[in-house]
Amino acid sequence: MNYTMDFTPVIDGLPNLLAACLGTFTLAICGMLLATVIGIGGVVLRQSPIKFLRWLVIGFVELIRNTPFLVQIFFIYFALPLAGIRLDPTPTAIIALGINGGAYAIEIIRGGVQSIPKGQMEAGLALGLHKAQVFRLIILKPALRAIYPSLTSQFVLLTLSTSIASAISAYELTSVSQRIESESFRSFEVYFTVTAFYLVISWVMMRIFALFSSRYFSYPVK
Amino acid sequence: MGREEFVFLLMGLKWTVALSAVAFVCGSIAGLVVALARTCGIAAVERIMAAYIAVFQGTPLLMQLFVVYYGLALVGIKMDAWAAVSLGLTLHASAYLGEIWRGAIEAVPKGQTEAAKALSLGYVSRMKDVLLPQALRISLPATIGFLVQLIKGTSLASIVGFTELTRAGNIISNQIFQPLTVFSVVGALYFLMCCPLTIYGAHLERRFAATSRS
Repeated sequence: MNYTMDFTPVIDGLPNLLAACLGTFTLAICGMLLATVIGIGGVVLRQSPIKFLRWLVIGFVELIRNTPFLVQIFFIYFALPLAGIRLDPTPTAIIALGINGGAYAIEIIRGGVQSIPKGQMEAGLALGLHKAQVFRLIILKPALRAIYPSLTSQFVLLTLSTSIASAISAYELTSVSQRIESESFRSFEVYFTVTAFYLVISWVMMRIFALFSSRYFSYPVK
Repeated sequence: MGREEFVFLLMGLKWTVALSAVAFVCGSIAGLVVALARTCGIAAVERIMAAYIAVFQGTPLLMQLFVVYYGLALVGIKMDAWAAVSLGLTLHASAYLGEIWRGAIEAVPKGQTEAAKALSLGYVSRMKDVLLPQALRISLPATIGFLVQLIKGTSLASIVGFTELTRAGNIISNQIFQPLTVFSVVGALYFLMCCPLTIYGAHLERRFAATSRS
C-alpha cells in the first residue's frame, strides 16, 4: 500500500493547535492549583481528631485512586447539572482534574509531613516559638523539599491527562486535533504532530519544575 | 438499570480484564527487554532506550493509542480495534515497566554484580540467577502500582472505539438516560478490580520497608 504523508491540514491548523496548547496549559495550571488546595485541605482533615473526617478523606483518596479518570470526568460532567450547577465543559474538566490530582496530592503531602521528625516540632516549641512559627521557619521547607519531586511528577501526569478532557469536549489540544482530524481525515499526521506537541509541553514543564527546584531547594540552604 | 444492562456491563468488564492482562503480560516481556537494554552498558543502546522511555512518559496515553491505531493502518497492517489497542497499551506498559525495572536493577547493591563476575558467571546467568530475582522483589510494589494504572488506562480504549467497560457504560447510559447510576456502577467495578491490588501493593511496600530497616 502506498501512502503519501500530507501535513497540509496540520500546517493550516497550526494557529488553532498552538492556541489549543494554551488551553491545555490553562487546564493544567488551574487543575494543579485546585489539586494543591484539595491536597492541603485533605491533609488537614486527615489529621483531624474527628474519626469520621479522617475516614472520609481516606475513602475519597482510595475511591479516586482506584477508578479511571475518564469515568470520573463523565460522572462529574453528568452530576454537576443534577446538583444545579451548570458549567461549560472546560471548567468542569478543571474541577475533575483538581479532584483527581487532589487525591494524589493528599497522599504525597501527607508523606512529606510525616517525613519531618517529631523532635523538630518539639525543639521549636521548646525554644518558645509559636506553632505557626515552627511550621513556617522549621517544618515548611524540608517538607516541601521532601514532596517536591513526587508532587511535580504527579503534576506532569496531570498535564498529560488533560487530553482525556477531550471526552467531554473541553477546549484543549486533543479536542482541537480531533476536530482537524475529522475535517481532513489525515489522522496519523495530525495525531503524530500533536503527540510531539505534548512531548514539548511535558518537557517544558519538567524544565520549569527543575529550575524552581534548583533555585529554592538546593543545598546549601538559602 | 435492569439486569440486562448490568450483564452488558459485565461483558464490557470481561474485555477490560482481557485487555489489561494482554497488555500487562506482553508489556512485561517487552519491558524486561527495555530494562535490560537500558542497563546493558553500551552507551548508544542505553540512550536510545532512555529516549523510548521519555517519549512514552512524556505523552498522553490517549495520543499513543491514536498514533498506533492510525499508524498501523497507514503501513498497511489491517488490525481491528482490539489488536491495535492491545499493541498501544503493550508499548505503553513496556516503557513504564522498563523504567521501573531499570531502577530496581540499579538498586541491587553493586557488590552483587562484582561477586557474580568474580565467580565468572556469564551475563545471562548473572542476570537470571543473581540480579533479576533481587530486582523483582524491590520492584514489586511499583509494578503493582503500575498494573493499577494500566487497568485504569484501558478505559481510554473506549475513545478509540473499542467496547470495554467504560464504552459499555457510555452505550447503556445513552440508552437508559441514567448516567449517574451507570457510571457509579462502572466506577464500582473498576474499584473492585483495582482496590485489592492497591492494598496488596501497599502491604508489600510496608513489609519491604520493615525488612530493609531491620
